[in-house]
Amino acid sequence: MASYSTSEFRGGLKIMLDGDPCAIIENEFVKPGKGQAFNRVKIRNLLTGRVIERTFKSNESVEAADVMDTEMQYLYSDGEFWHFMHPETYEQVTAGAAALGDGAKWLKEQDACQVTLWNGEPISVTPPNHVTLVVTQTDPGVRGDTSSGGNKPATLETGAVIRVPLFIEIDDVLRVDTRTGEYVSRVKE
Amino acid sequence: MIPEAIDWRPGAQLEVLRLRARMLAGIRDFFSRRGVLEVTTPVISAAGATDPNLDSFRVSPPDLSGPHSYLQTSPEFPMKRLLAAGAGSIYQICPVFRWGEFGSRHNPEFTLIEWYRPQFGMDQMMIELIDLVASLLPADKFRGPAVRISYQDLFKTHLGIDPLSASGEDLQVCARDWGLGVVPGLETKDRDVWLDLLISHCIEPRLDHSVPTFVHGYPASQAALARLDPDNPRLAQRFELYLGGMELANGYHELADAEALAARFAADNATRRNRGLAPIPVDVRLLAAVSDGMPDCIGVALGFDRLVMLAADLESVDQAMAFSMRRA
Repeated sequence: MASYSTSEFRGGLKIMLDGDPCAIIENEFVKPGKGQAFNRVKIRNLLTGRVIERTFKSNESVEAADVMDTEMQYLYSDGEFWHFMHPETYEQVTAGAAALGDGAKWLKEQDACQVTLWNGEPISVTPPNHVTLVVTQTDPGVRGDTSSGGNKPATLETGAVIRVPLFIEIDDVLRVDTRTGEYVSRVKE
Repeated sequence: MIPEAIDWRPGAQLEVLRLRARMLAGIRDFFSRRGVLEVTTPVISAAGATDPNLDSFRVSPPDLSGPHSYLQTSPEFPMKRLLAAGAGSIYQICPVFRWGEFGSRHNPEFTLIEWYRPQFGMDQMMIELIDLVASLLPADKFRGPAVRISYQDLFKTHLGIDPLSASGEDLQVCARDWGLGVVPGLETKDRDVWLDLLISHCIEPRLDHSVPTFVHGYPASQAALARLDPDNPRLAQRFELYLGGMELANGYHELADAEALAARFAADNATRRNRGLAPIPVDVRLLAAVSDGMPDCIGVALGFDRLVMLAADLESVDQAMAFSMRRA
């Protein structure tokens, strides 16, 4: 079983903690004047997303987590599962709702996503930072309406609802930042 | 081929390097005015520090044959031999090396200011240390007078536990109450490690950052090379100075009994073997010097790079030196 010493700890390293795969966010070396050194580590549980702090005695070893980030193509959803394919090996994997989380609402078939695999099984899916989606529903903007702050809701082809400027119409193609859920621009067809 | 996109630049801004130079000149001026002699001792030696919590870099011959040597983790052994030779008050500003110590406040190679004062008492040395630090830091980084608190009172005040009498179980429960219950590999019986955990995680961050704080009266089990208090052998005559939320310096009433010193080195090496670490050759020249007579003295080691961090308001020691380990 592969393992890491605390001296190898750095942001992004994947380790097993209490049976769950985790990613190190921050690692701080702490040592009192003359005594034992410690590594104080901020860790994200990759299954629950929860962030915790843990302290290790320096030079202790921790089991490595077999976690890999892979670029995969989103194929389709059957309503219960989301299906992805490796673009070179054509190998397919199936992810459940827990792995998708909030990201599901941005996924359009054929988009390239980052799929995190633990022992070969997807545990999280990150949509592309920017996606291009068609507006399927939005009310006509009323010129001079300032009560809404100059924007209005629009529903996109994937079902996601975002705030858009008043001039946006049905069938417009929009560029959206999936990290913030914000409108970026209208894309010329 | 010339590589591109390599970060070759110093971690410290040039303005910080100029400040470093002014501070180094200030230290030399301070000691010169007080008649303390600057000395230079070897950074490579055949013997090393036995302290089980320090990892020395080993230096090998080019063909890896023959005995290896060690890079110093502090200059204390050769400086004590100079004391025994009658050098009087001495100081040194030198690089020291501690393998594996890498973080926002640690770099495996750093600069230590170390000095020894024969015939000084602990009080006098604390005052001199504060005088030196005050002379190097801008007035707004430093609000006197310094606070003095014993190790025992420090734990009682901040954690409500007596570090001298608490059992390993008590300390573990205390750590758990502070959210530090699970520490892989830390056994209940390792009292000193629980104490180290509590002071570094729960107490140090809560000390007033702008007031220099001396912690004194360490448990005898953490005496390192300090004398035990003749009036209370549960305590060591050792102090640490905290400022800006960091440990800046530590001072000892130096153990000058060659037999006792040899016993501590032997105990250190026994601990090393228990932990699966290689024992370190004991400095027999030091033992011979102390046996011939080392004057009663106080020694202090002060971390220069952390002083620069404080003086220039820096987040990381990487910003306080030209090239930290990851740039070297």
